[in-house]
Amino acid sequence: MYHYTDFDDAFLKSRNAQFRAQVERRIDGSLTEDEFKPLRLMNGLYLQLHAYMLRVAIPYGTLNSSQMEKLAYIADKWDKGYGHFTTRQNIQYNWPELRDVPDMLDALAEVNMHAIQTSGNTIRNVTADHFAGAAADEVADPRPVAELIRQWSTDHPEFQFLPRKFKVAVSGASADRAVIKAHDIGLQIVRQGDDIGYRVIIGGGLGRTPMIGKVLYDFVSGEDLLPTLEAIVSVYNLLGRRDNKYKARIKITVHENGIEDIRARVDARYNLIRDQFTGVDQQMLARIEADFVRPTFLKGDEAPYHSAYQHDPLFRSWADTNLSDHRNPDYAIVSISLKAHGKTPGDATSRQMRLMAQLAKRYGHDELRISHEQNVILPHVHKGDLPSVYYALKAEGLGTANIGLISDIIACPGMDYCALATARSIPIAQEIATRFDELKLEHDVGPLKIKISGCINACGHHHVGHIGILGLDRAGVENYQITLGGDGTEDAAIGERAGPGFSATEIIPAVERLVLAYLDLRTEPSETFLQTYRRLGLAPFKAALYPETQAANAA
Amino acid sequence: MPKPFTPKVITANALLEGDVIYQTLTGWSRSLQDAEVLTDEAHADLRMIEAEAQADAVVGVYLADVIMDGDVPTPTHFREDFRATGPSNYAHGKQELRKQEHI
Ligand code: HEM
Ligand code: SF4
Repeated sequence: MYHYTDFDDAFLKSRNAQFRAQVERRIDGSLTEDEFKPLRLMNGLYLQLHAYMLRVAIPYGTLNSSQMEKLAYIADKWDKGYGHFTTRQNIQYNWPELRDVPDMLDALAEVNMHAIQTSGNTIRNVTADHFAGAAADEVADPRPVAELIRQWSTDHPEFQFLPRKFKVAVSGASADRAVIKAHDIGLQIVRQGDDIGYRVIIGGGLGRTPMIGKVLYDFVSGEDLLPTLEAIVSVYNLLGRRDNKYKARIKITVHENGIEDIRARVDARYNLIRDQFTGVDQQMLARIEADFVRPTFLKGDEAPYHSAYQHDPLFRSWADTNLSDHRNPDYAIVSISLKAHGKTPGDATSRQMRLMAQLAKRYGHDELRISHEQNVILPHVHKGDLPSVYYALKAEGLGTANIGLISDIIACPGMDYCALATARSIPIAQEIATRFDELKLEHDVGPLKIKISGCINACGHHHVGHIGILGLDRAGVENYQITLGGDGTEDAAIGERAGPGFSATEIIPAVERLVLAYLDLRTEPSETFLQTYRRLGLAPFKAALYPETQAANAA
Repeated sequence: MPKPFTPKVITANALLEGDVIYQTLTGWSRSLQDAEVLTDEAHADLRMIEAEAQADAVVGVYLADVIMDGDVPTPTHFREDFRATGPSNYAHGKQELRKQEHI
C-alpha cells in the first residue's frame, strides 16, 4: 500500500498543529463560530444533531491492520467504542468533543491518516472499486491512479474554492463497483489493443437533481490523464454556477451547456495547459505503483475449505453470498457484512475492528477495504483459511451471510445524527432487515439492493437502489418515498418514483408487498428483482404498493 | 394579521461537547424540561440576543416551538423530539445515565 513521503508527513503535522491552534482560539473566544466553521469543516469536523462528528478519509477505501487498529483505539478513547463506515469510504465518529479532536487527528497522523478534504468545495476523498487489486475481472488496479489524483488535488492552489464539492471515483474493471457514473468525474481503466487508458465520464451525481454521468472521452492515455482532469476541473471552476448552490455541481454545468460544449472547452483548455505536464506525474505514478505491488500469494491446502463447505450449511451459505472471485484461483475476496439483521448499517465496534485487523494480518496479507456499500473487505484470503476466518467473524457478530441481499442495506445516518435530515433512515433499515430475517426469504429473493437516504441530498444513494427509500418531512410527520429500478453499476439508472409516500409504520409492509409481488412476477428464480422490473416496468409493482387505489379503480 | 406568538424555547449546541442544550432562567441545561418557556415575543427577542452573545459557550442558537404538557414543555416537531432525546439506534447521548449538568 501507499507509504507517506516525508513531504506528506510534514504537511499533515503542520495542518494538525494549525488546527489545534484554531480549536484553542475558538474555545478561548477569539474565533467566532462563523470564522471557525469553515476551518473545522476543512478538517472533517461537523456539528451534527447531538454532537460533533469527525469524518476521516480512507482514500480509495484501503487500510492496513495498524490503521484499522488505530481506528478502534480512537473509537474507545475519544468516542463511544464504535465507528460508522459510510458510502464515501470514510469512517465517521459520532461523539467526539471539540477539545479532543486535535488529539484524534494526531493519532490518525501516526498511521498516515487524516480528515482533510472530507468537506468543503474541494476535490474530495477519491474513491475506488473496493475489490481493487484482487478482482478477477480487473484490467488494472485503480488505486495507484486514485493516489496520483489525491496527490495532485490535495491542496491544489487553483481548486480549493470550486463552485461546489467535487467527487472522483475510479474503477479498474468493466463491472462497476464504484458507482463511477454517479460522480462528478468517473474513470474506468480500459484496454485498447495493448494500451491501457481511461474512459472519462463526467457530470454524474445524485442529490436534488440526480444525473447519470456522460462519457466525455472514450479513451485517454495515461500521460494525458492529469492534464485532462486539470482541464475539466478548471473549465468547471470557471463555468460552474456560483449563484445557486443547488445548481453548482458539474452535473448541472454539463446539463445546461451540453456535453459537446463542455468537450470543446475542455479540449481548448487542455491544449493550453498540456505543456505544463512534463511527465513528472508519470514518474510519480511509477513510484506509487511500486507501493501497490500485489502480495506474494501463497500456495496452500484448500481442503479445509471444501470440508467446511460440505459439512457446515452455515459456512456454505456464507461462502455462497459473501465471497467473490479472486484473480488468483486459490484465493477468494471476503466481504464482511456490517449489516447484521437489526443492527445499524455500517457500524462496527472497536472489538470488531480489532478482530478484522487481526484477521487481515493473519490471513489477509495485511489488507482491508471499506466498500461504498458500508461493508469491510478482506481482499486476499487463501481458500484454505476461509473457515478460520468465518468462524472468527461469526463469534464477533460479523458472520452475517447477506452480501448483496435485501438486508445488505445502505442507509445514511439520517435524523438520528445528521443536522440536514428530514427523516430517520437507520430504524427503517433495521426494521426491513429484521422483517425479512423473520420471513426467512432473503436468500430466495436473491440480489436486491435497498438504499435509504434521510433527505434529498441522497447520501444513501437511494436513486440507484433497486428499491430506493427517501425520508421526507410531510407536514411534521416522517414520510418515505419509494423509487424503483435504480442501478448503480455499469448499467446505471436513476430509479423511478413509485407514487405517494408512506409513513414510518407503513413503509415496512409496503416493501414487503413489493418483494412478494416480485416473487410472483419473476419468470424463474434466477430472474432478479431488477431484471423483472426492467421487463415489466412500474405498473405491477405499483399495483402491489397501492392495493387500495387498484381496488378503487376497479370499482 | 401577524401570527399569534406560540410558546418557544431557546436551544443550541454546547460548544465543547456539541450536545443539545436549552436556555433556562439562570443559564443552560441539557434537558428540555428545565427550559425557560417564552410566551411573549418581545421577551423572546431579548433572550435570543442574550443567548447569541454567549458565542464562546454555545453554537447555533435558535427558537424552537413547544407545547405545554402541564408545566412541561414538549416539542411540536419530531426533529426537536429527537434532539431532546438522542438517537434511536443506541441509548447514547441524553439517554445515557447522566446527572443534569449546567454549563
Ligand atoms: C452527516 C453529515 C452529512 C452531511 C452534512 C452531508 C451533506 C451532504 C450534502 C449537502 C449533499 C448534497 C450535495 C449536492 O447535491 O450538491 C450530500 C451528498 C452526498 N453525500 Fe453527504 N452528508 C453527510 C453524511 C454523509 C454520509 C454518512 C455519507 C455516506 C454514507 C455521505 C455521502 C454522500 C453522497 C454519496 C452524496 C451524493 C452524491 C453526490 O455528491 O452527488 N454523506 N451530502
Ligand atoms: S442524505 Fe441527508 S440525512 Fe442522509 S446523511 Fe445526507 S444530508 Fe444527512
